[in-house]
Amino acid sequence: MNLQYQGKRISGVLAVVPRNEVKFDDEVQNYNFSVKQSMKLKKIMGYDKHRIVTEGTRVSDLAIFGLKYLLDEGLIKRDELDALVLMTQTPDYLMPPTSNVIQGKLDLKPNMVCLDVKQGCAGYLVGLMQAFSLLEQDAINKVVLVNGDVLSRKTSPQDRNTFPLIGDGAAVTIVEKDPEKDSQIFANIRMDGSHRNALIIPAGGLKMPSTPDTAVMVMDEEGNSRSLDHWFMDGMAVFNFVVNEVPPMIKSLMDFAGTGLEAVEYFMFHQPNKFMLQRLADKMGVSYDKMPYNIVEHFGNSSGATIPTNMAFNLGDKLLDNSYLTCLAGFGVGLTASSMLMGIGPLDFCQMIEY
Amino acid sequence: MEILYEIRPEVDFMNSSDFVENRLLDSLDIVVLVSDIEEAFGISIDVNDIVPENFYSLETIQELIERRGGQI
Repeated sequence: MNLQYQGKRISGVLAVVPRNEVKFDDEVQNYNFSVKQSMKLKKIMGYDKHRIVTEGTRVSDLAIFGLKYLLDEGLIKRDELDALVLMTQTPDYLMPPTSNVIQGKLDLKPNMVCLDVKQGCAGYLVGLMQAFSLLEQDAINKVVLVNGDVLSRKTSPQDRNTFPLIGDGAAVTIVEKDPEKDSQIFANIRMDGSHRNALIIPAGGLKMPSTPDTAVMVMDEEGNSRSLDHWFMDGMAVFNFVVNEVPPMIKSLMDFAGTGLEAVEYFMFHQPNKFMLQRLADKMGVSYDKMPYNIVEHFGNSSGATIPTNMAFNLGDKLLDNSYLTCLAGFGVGLTASSMLMGIGPLDFCQMIEY
Repeated sequence: MEILYEIRPEVDFMNSSDFVENRLLDSLDIVVLVSDIEEAFGISIDVNDIVPENFYSLETIQELIERRGGQI
């Protein structure tokens, strides 16, 4: 599905990463595999360090910390915020919405929209789409988009398929009406619910409530141990989905926008791992310097927060003075794949802070 | 064969097939396998070739290497 927006822009990006840094080398003993094989994976997949929240930290803590920083620094003002969109798979509660928790704790104005949307690795794109749609309203001029997850709390430390790659984190993106009303944003999105089990936390919802039984650790055929309360990934299915869906999706986006890959200055993609991103870049004929793949290596894969984290870490101050034609892409749980072409910058802020 | 046994020494690959479906190799094993094959045979495996069908058996892996210009 092709989507088009006009007269909207990103005006600021703040990434929030937990201060607690864990090294892959220190976790190798947790996995039921040889150290030699794990070290090979480290090199190929880009596993090195990842940021993990300490016990009890929730996604609202990261979001509130980031928003409070922006308020205290005078980078945003309470009265200007007309909507808060939170994209997460790890909400504080089943009810109420965590966006309302954030609004209440920060004493934001009542005359605003708060919205939780459950999305993962494509959550930055889906969140931007939500923000753009809200900005169609006369009453809404500025939207706070928060992407955040604390997936370490739902990931088995003995699962080599998932734990080494994940990172906790959040990002705050300010989306607002663009004074240049003719600015164009092109996007597309695909959903494949037939592969919904490829990325799943089986227990904890109403279909299978968490019980002592769902917490029992079981070793699978490949030697990974996890419980039904933990996140499961069918790596092969996800890899094939991404490889088959993303390159044609990007080509379709370029056709829709009437441009080509050569015009794109940066490809800010979701960060699943180094191997997948390098292969994607190779298949698309894009140079690695235009498509950074180092977020897993430094921080881990923080789901929907990886794209703004990527922007803050790899572009940072460059986005304060420059504008770049940027292709964004997110892909993962659902399964979902989405891409977007837009000019990003100059921004009011683009930085990273530690919680 | 040596590469495969280094990845999964406990598996009898000679007398097995459908490596992915039978969970003898998981996705990370295939990532390591692809990387090791590329290094050992000096070839590049296209991303479109990283599918379960090409890692079904020793024969299909051999065919993949040969198709990409590797000599066994």
